[in-house]
Amino acid sequence: MFGYYLNLALRSLKRNPALTALMILTIAFGVAASMTTWSVFRAVSGDPIPWKSSKLFVPQIDNWGPAGHGPKDTSNEPPDAMDYTDAVALMRAHRATYQSAMYQIGAPVLPQNPGQHPITAIGEAVYGEFFPMLDVPFKYGSGWSAADDEHRAQVAVISSHLNDKAFGGGDSVGKTLNIDGHEYRVVGVLGDWNPQPQFYDVVNTGGFSAGGGNLFVPFNTAIATNMINNGNTNCVDTPKEAGFVGLQKSECVWIAFMVQLDDAAAAQRYKQFLDNYTAEQQQAGRFNWPPNNRLRDLMAWMDYEHVVPPDTRISLYVALGLLLVCLVNTTGLLLAKFLRRSSEIGVRRALGASRREIYTQFLIEAGMVGLAGGALGLVLTGFGIAGIGWVLPRDIAALAHLDVSLLITTLVVAIVATMLAGLYPALRAAAVQPAWQLKSN
Amino acid sequence: MEIRPILSTLRRHKLTASLLTLQVALTCAIVCNTVFVTSLRMARMNLPSGLAESELVMIDSTDLASGANPLVRHQEDLAALRDIPGVKSAAAVDALPFSGNDWSNGIQTKPNEPPQLSASAFNGTPEELETLGLHLIAGRSFLPDEYIPEDSAHGYTGIDHVSATIVTRSLAKQLFPGENAVGKIIYVGAGPTTIVGIVDHLLRPSLNQPDSVERSMLFPMLPDSNDVTYVLRTAPQDREQLLKTASDVLKKLDANRVLQNAQTFTQLRNHYFQRDRTMIGLLLASMLGLLFVTALGITGLANFWVQQRHRSIGIRRAIGATRGDILRYFQTENFLIVTFGVLLGVILAVGLNLLLMKHYELPRLPLYYLPIGAVALWLLGQLAVLAPALRAAAVPPVEATRSV
Repeated sequence: MFGYYLNLALRSLKRNPALTALMILTIAFGVAASMTTWSVFRAVSGDPIPWKSSKLFVPQIDNWGPAGHGPKDTSNEPPDAMDYTDAVALMRAHRATYQSAMYQIGAPVLPQNPGQHPITAIGEAVYGEFFPMLDVPFKYGSGWSAADDEHRAQVAVISSHLNDKAFGGGDSVGKTLNIDGHEYRVVGVLGDWNPQPQFYDVVNTGGFSAGGGNLFVPFNTAIATNMINNGNTNCVDTPKEAGFVGLQKSECVWIAFMVQLDDAAAAQRYKQFLDNYTAEQQQAGRFNWPPNNRLRDLMAWMDYEHVVPPDTRISLYVALGLLLVCLVNTTGLLLAKFLRRSSEIGVRRALGASRREIYTQFLIEAGMVGLAGGALGLVLTGFGIAGIGWVLPRDIAALAHLDVSLLITTLVVAIVATMLAGLYPALRAAAVQPAWQLKSN
Repeated sequence: MEIRPILSTLRRHKLTASLLTLQVALTCAIVCNTVFVTSLRMARMNLPSGLAESELVMIDSTDLASGANPLVRHQEDLAALRDIPGVKSAAAVDALPFSGNDWSNGIQTKPNEPPQLSASAFNGTPEELETLGLHLIAGRSFLPDEYIPEDSAHGYTGIDHVSATIVTRSLAKQLFPGENAVGKIIYVGAGPTTIVGIVDHLLRPSLNQPDSVERSMLFPMLPDSNDVTYVLRTAPQDREQLLKTASDVLKKLDANRVLQNAQTFTQLRNHYFQRDRTMIGLLLASMLGLLFVTALGITGLANFWVQQRHRSIGIRRAIGATRGDILRYFQTENFLIVTFGVLLGVILAVGLNLLLMKHYELPRLPLYYLPIGAVALWLLGQLAVLAPALRAAAVPPVEATRSV
């Protein structure tokens, strides 16, 4: 029976070849245009890690309370960085898939070649989980282990840039590097990795910075060796003790924090954990205000920190608006075509076709249009993505990837929308007595 | 033209007609807002920087010898650069519009009060104003004895001692609305600083905050870190050549340094707005695509209706309707559908804009966009329906006598 319906559908579609072509082309155009623009828009909208940004979250803890807000500030937002106490507590709790506290370091590095002058390397003190969390590519070696974090190992990951400067390039894993007067063993050399915006530490870099990201050492090691904070420090009250140790004991915020949470449920659980943690702190008398925490995903976080121009996101919706209009267009055309066929339905019903069979026939015909449009759309999207390289600067074009799950969603939406357009006239026509339809003709 | 028969026909095609109406409405709403967003971006891209952009080239130099005195180094470099034929003037600076290197300070108009706003600092050697081509519109330039080092070695504490500043017109207006800012005292660092002059324009190093792109101030502070940007002013056609010569001159003077970002100011500006240009191109392409699809939809449906009504058109022609009547029938029908669509579209456009205002800090859509959008869609509709309507008008009266 299915083959027969296919045949019928083909005949019907052939009867108005121009209209059929128009419908298929519109869907194809809608799918291709929205997918292509979507992928490019996403590339230029400043998502530095598009395949993972929805899983990365930045927790914020209000360790200042109402005193932290100026008299005019009614937003009640917690500080945008963390103090040492909370950062270490969250690391110890280890509730996320991956997590890392981090702070910016700027340390003098002594190159191996005698006669060369020391270089100031800007980088971050991080936990070993930082590297798998952000999918950091390595040219040589890898990051360090949890045990290295635990034992305050003197290990370092350096950028290719610093590798060139300090060792003259090559595989430097295992070599030692004098950083800030201590000997560190190089365990990894980064590949080409300088994400802009520098999303892992937007508070200190303002998002875009050419100079950072050259040196990574374990957080605990940096603390133990008094590697001072090179980034911003914000305090409501002056620390009671002087120096770096005083900063660690204070409520000043200077540490960035990022976690990976794989789904919405995990994010929900983590938010709950944060609230429980601050409630405990409240009970312990450290905070005398109720929990006031935030858990923003990476894009929302960058939005909050004004890293990405706010109107960029709008462009993404234009692409989807285009698809919507294309679908409405095709649905309208299909309806016009199908609504005219009540007499044909009458004849088929009079000849003994059941309502079910009528529905099936129409659904197949409509589905064919959707499928053909979707398939052609796929081909056009391929051309579109390939064409991006010709039109756009290379660094942007390289970021433009096809989002497979989104593509599948789009195809399903296209087919379902056309099938619904086919179903309605069938429902209407099949509801009427066949004899009446035959007579009215 | 009698509208009632058209309305009653449309009533028989309620669903199809309303889908077309919906399509027109969505197109209207999206196009109005897209054009608006594009125009905002274009306005941002065309902001005057205040500089003689077509005459400037820059080179960043990082001195690797840690023992040398940067102030002396810069003086020697500048002297050598000025000797290059074709160089009108040269300066060492620490920030430029679009350079992204922003050092912002909070400004107080009275001591011991919370800062009113923050502005970007531009520091440079005495030739800075002249080299950049800034227009002083009030007050004076800096005096030679006002120049002090930035003191980058001690956390840029020069800002605590600097005695004079030149601000942009926009910043002067924000700090002292309705007053003459020249001669006023402000507090940027620890000590008082006098506003000695006002320049008409100077964009900040980055334009991240759209409502404060001209909060800039110049200080008579000499860059004294190992990193510095040399700016040279020359004739527009000599820029490329000068970049090469200048690099050679600097290398020859002292090889122990890194030269980076040798570029013209035009390149810097283009690079800064590269993403914006891409975005505008794509927005316009999507918008044209949208209009194209809507036009196709109108043509497609009208064609289909003409085909469907062949017989009734023939009958109308047979009983006395002229070709013009038939043409106008389809044009009016289209006009009605587009009008409904536009009415709905205007509401949608405003709604969409309100949504964008709420979530993306976009300004309000100027109302004149709406009638322009409406007229554009009316024209588009009429253009799209013209071919099918002409085909309908060409149906001969004899069609009435033929059976389907």
